[in-house]
Amino acid sequence: MSGKSDELLLIAAIARLITDPLGHPVRHAAVGAASPIPAAACWLAKMQGADIRLSLLHRPRGNPFTEGTRELFDLAGQGRIDLFFLGGGQIDGEANINLIGTGDWPGTAVRFPGSFGSAFMYLTVHRTILFREEHSPRVLVPRVDHISAPGISPPGTFRRGHAQALVTGRCVFRFDPARARFALASLHPGETREGVRAATGFDYDEPGEITVTEGPTEAQSALLAGPVCDAMIETYPDFCRRVWGRGMKETGAKEQAA
Amino acid sequence: MDVDALAALVPDGAQLALVPDNSLSPGAFARALVRRGVRGLRLVGVPVSGYATDLLIGAGCVAEIETSAVTLGEAGMAPRFTAALAAGKLRVTDATCPAMHTRLQAAEKGVPFMPLRGVLGSDLVAHRPDWKIIDNPYQAGDPILLLPALSPEFAAFHAAMADEDGNVWVGRRRELATLAHASQRSLVTVERTVRGNMLEDERLAPGVIAGVYVSATAVAEHGAWPIGLLDEYGYDADHVALYAKLARSDEGFAEYCARFVNAQVARAAE
Repeated sequence: MSGKSDELLLIAAIARLITDPLGHPVRHAAVGAASPIPAAACWLAKMQGADIRLSLLHRPRGNPFTEGTRELFDLAGQGRIDLFFLGGGQIDGEANINLIGTGDWPGTAVRFPGSFGSAFMYLTVHRTILFREEHSPRVLVPRVDHISAPGISPPGTFRRGHAQALVTGRCVFRFDPARARFALASLHPGETREGVRAATGFDYDEPGEITVTEGPTEAQSALLAGPVCDAMIETYPDFCRRVWGRGMKETGAKEQAA
Repeated sequence: MDVDALAALVPDGAQLALVPDNSLSPGAFARALVRRGVRGLRLVGVPVSGYATDLLIGAGCVAEIETSAVTLGEAGMAPRFTAALAAGKLRVTDATCPAMHTRLQAAEKGVPFMPLRGVLGSDLVAHRPDWKIIDNPYQAGDPILLLPALSPEFAAFHAAMADEDGNVWVGRRRELATLAHASQRSLVTVERTVRGNMLEDERLAPGVIAGVYVSATAVAEHGAWPIGLLDEYGYDADHVALYAKLARSDEGFAEYCARFVNAQVARAAE
């Protein structure tokens, strides 16, 4: 996946997961750093009429917090964040995520950026959507080298929620925390069961019935190119330029330092 | 006092807390530290680290770092951090964001430790002998993490204004108040100074960090750059992308310093 139509497909797929009536209801979703696709999905769900409050951490203006991420984590600690997004340099079949690196601790072979708030958010928010565009055996591994945040927790350990799904550039997996196992839910257009199996390092269930991931409808595409892009352009200028061909200059919002 | 004089207050080997690129990170102060040639800094990312940290690491100013992540945002991984770790020149202690905040919150209350939910089951715990798990004394069978208070020797950030009473104004970025409350000395660069006392203005007061927590200030116009400052100027994504590109190699990093760090001295002297 590389083109902008693929990014729009991922946005539509994540928006459907957000509004899934079977999941914990999402009244308050938070989106962290460097996550333009999840952010766009949240905006799309909201602009389609879902009653969601969005807290976008990296929005320079209209940021909902007056105490930065400290406030975000305090909110999550209280259970007042329903949905969050996490990714990983490695993700395994039990939904463990690794943001530390590969090789010996702390990532002597390949170093990833670090764990951010994942070790806390994965256990304190009510549901998490895992998102990683690269779908390859080096990312989706049998067992992560290091656990930044665990996919499941033993009985007696405080935990409010788990991964709802893992969205990649090839497919959508659903996660069953009781079985600590993913199941293939939908294949993106052009992908096959065999292709996904070959590109996935961990084992997962494969039900008889698997749908094709649907891209945005015409109405969704219009929302994305218009008000969703408007809402995102200041936070994710590169992304908006690439996907919708829109630049910052027309907003006149950016001031260059000397 | 100018930014170079402010940087001179930080001795070699000092523990210095820095803030992320969305939280009034002090770009000019970091460049002044590089010019001063400080060595052996023990950096603390509150709660993560960005441009300023990568620059200091690249310039050989840093011995160790405790942080929850090092990132240049849309510009990707922090290249000098990654290179220093791979070369074995940097001791890295990994954390998770709310643990950094919680340790500062404990310090500002003057208590020795504070509990935090979550984190159990993360490999971070095994690599942090200073983090302890206890059974909740109020409810048996509920393991919970304890974190030691953290009172950094120095904290540095860039605020919009300082007043005659030494108060500084950070607008909505009040997480910096927690950092200033917890730190032993806070060094603050500001865009400008204003007359009077901002705490007497009801509309400014909520964004003020009182002078009792501020050790020294220096005026540095565009002092956050390439980081943004509230609604005054935006994040310079093009410049951070240029930094990320140049900092991929030793030669490129040296070129960056020659053009944007050391050249600053000449400009200031004009």
